[in-house]
Amino acid sequence: MLKVSNLSSGYQAKEIIRNISFAVNQGEFVGVIGPNGSGKTTLFRTITKIVSEYTGSLLYKEREISAWPVRALAREIAVVPQFLIMAFPFKVYDFVAMGRTPYLGRFEMGSEEDEKAIKEAMELSGCSGLRERVVTELSGGELQRVFLAQALAQEPKLLLLDEPTSHLDIGHQVEIMHLLKRFNKDKGLTIVIILHDLNTAGEYCNRLLLLDEGRIYKAGSPSEVLTYQNIEAVYKTVVVVKENPISGRPYVMPIPMDRWETNVKTKEQRR
Amino acid sequence: MKKALVIILLVILLITTVIVCLGIGPTGISYKYLSGTDNDTESKIIYEVRLPRILGALLVGLGLAMAGSVLQAILRNPLAEPYTLGISGGAVLGVALCLVVPFLSAVKFSLPLMAFLGALASVVLVYLITSRHHFSASSLILSGVVLSFICSSIVLLIFSISKPTEIQSTLFFLMGSFATIDYPIIKIIASPLIAGALVLVFFSRDIDVLTLGDEKASHLGIAPHRLRAFLFIVTSLITGCCVAVSGMVGFVGLMIPHIMRSIVGPQSRGLFIASALSGAIFLVVSDTLARSVIAPVELPVGVITGIVGGVFFIGLLINAKSI
Repeated sequence: MLKVSNLSSGYQAKEIIRNISFAVNQGEFVGVIGPNGSGKTTLFRTITKIVSEYTGSLLYKEREISAWPVRALAREIAVVPQFLIMAFPFKVYDFVAMGRTPYLGRFEMGSEEDEKAIKEAMELSGCSGLRERVVTELSGGELQRVFLAQALAQEPKLLLLDEPTSHLDIGHQVEIMHLLKRFNKDKGLTIVIILHDLNTAGEYCNRLLLLDEGRIYKAGSPSEVLTYQNIEAVYKTVVVVKENPISGRPYVMPIPMDRWETNVKTKEQRR
Repeated sequence: MKKALVIILLVILLITTVIVCLGIGPTGISYKYLSGTDNDTESKIIYEVRLPRILGALLVGLGLAMAGSVLQAILRNPLAEPYTLGISGGAVLGVALCLVVPFLSAVKFSLPLMAFLGALASVVLVYLITSRHHFSASSLILSGVVLSFICSSIVLLIFSISKPTEIQSTLFFLMGSFATIDYPIIKIIASPLIAGALVLVFFSRDIDVLTLGDEKASHLGIAPHRLRAFLFIVTSLITGCCVAVSGMVGFVGLMIPHIMRSIVGPQSRGLFIASALSGAIFLVVSDTLARSVIAPVELPVGVITGIVGGVFFIGLLINAKSI
C-alpha cells in the first residue's frame, strides 16, 4: 500500500529523514517509535504532502505521493493529530462533518450518504453522545475521540496517528488503542501510528519501526525491536525488558541511573 | 433550524429598518411616501437624499461585517477586522492619492480601484508581518495600529502639500461618513461588493476547514496557502469598495461577527449571512443617527461606530479568556 525507498526529506536547510526504506501492507498495524527529533512526525508530514520536497521514492498505491492531488489523497489517507488549536467553538457534529470535505463539491450539500458516514464514524469512535457539545469545551479524552471520528468520516484506507494518546491517562489510552485495534481487525483499516509509550507500541502493533536520527535503526516484530540493546542504543537510557505475563508481549522498564550503578544484581536480572 | 429563523428575522428587521429610516430626518416626512407622494420636495428628499445614503450604509455595513468575519476565520483570531488590521487605512491612503493626483481623479473607476489596491497592499503587509508570529492577537493588533498610523501619516503628508479645496472632501474619508455619497458611486461599488460577498458564502465550507489550521486543512484536501491568498484578495476588494464610498468606518467588522457568532455559532455559512444582514442593519441605523441627532449639523458615522465599537472592543479585551 505504502512503499518508501531511499526517502530523504526535511525543512529548507535541515535534512530530517535520511535515506529510509520500508513498506506498509494492506491491513497492517505499524508503530513508529523513536526519541524526540528522530523524524517520526516529519515522516508523516512527508507522506501527507505537508513537507512537499523529498528525494527518493514515496509510493502510495503505486503512485508517487507528489503526483497525488491533495483532495484525492484526503479520500485515501486521514490523519489524527496529537492536538489541534480550536479557534472557534464548533459543535462536535459539525466538526466531524468536516471530514467529508474531500468528497463534497463547492456547491454541493451533504447527501444522505455523507450523513451516514458521519454517524457511523461518531458511533465507532464512541462520540455519538457528544454530538451537540462544543469542541472548545471537551476534555482531552473526548477531544481525541472526536479527532478520530473526523478522520474516520473521511473513510480513509490508511489512517495515520501522531501520538494520539500522549495527553491521556492510561484508561483513555487503552480505550483509544482498543478502538484502533478493532478498526484494524474488523474493517481491515491499515494503521500507522507514532507512539511514545514503548509498551503501548509493543502491545498493539504487529510491526514496529524504530527511528534514530532520521534513519531506521531497526524494523520488525515487537519482540525483535524492543530489546534492551536496541532501546539503550537509541534512547541512551538503561532499561530492562521483560515479558508481559498476560499478553506475552515485551515490556520495557526504564531503570534509574543511581540504582543501576549501585545495584549489580540488576545486570543479571535483565536477561 | 434556529439559524434559518434568525436569518429570516434579520431580513424582516432589515426591511423594517430601511423603511423607518427613510422617514427620519430633519425634514419631517409622513409615511405616506410608502404609497407614493405627489409632493415634489418630499419625494426629492426621499429618493435623492435619503435613499442613496441608506443604500450606501446598507452595502458598506454588509461588506464590512462580511470582511470582518472572513478575516477572523482565516487568521483564526476573533480580533481581526479591516479597521483594526489597518486594511481600511491602506484603502484610505489609496483614496487620498486618487483625489489629489490629477491623472487619477479624472478617471471614474479610479477611486474604488485605488481603495482596493491600498487595501490589498495592507493585507499583504499584515500577512507578512504576522505570519512569523502565527497570527497572534498581539502581532495582529500591533501591526494594524502601526500600519494605520503610517497610512494616516502619509495621508496627512498629502494634505499638507495639496490645496485646501481638495482636502475638504478627503477629510471625510478619514472620519468615515456617507455625506458625499451619490448614485453613480453606489452603482460602481455595488456589483463587485455583492459578488465578493457571494463568493465568500460559496467558499464557506473551505473557510471552516481553514480555521482548523493549515496542516489539518491540507489533510482534509484543501490547499491552505492558495485559498488564503484568494480570500485575502476578495476581502480587500470588499473593503476597498466600502472605503471608496464611506472612508474609514471602524469596528463594524469586529463587533457584528462577534455578536452573531454567539447567536448562530461559528459555522461560516450561517455566520456570514447573519453578519452581512446585521451589519447592514447596524450601519443604516448608525448613519440615520449620525445625520439626525444634532441636525442640521451632521456627525460622521465613523464617530458613532468608533465609540460604540471601541467600547465593545475594550470589553472584549477585558472579558476574553484567551486572546
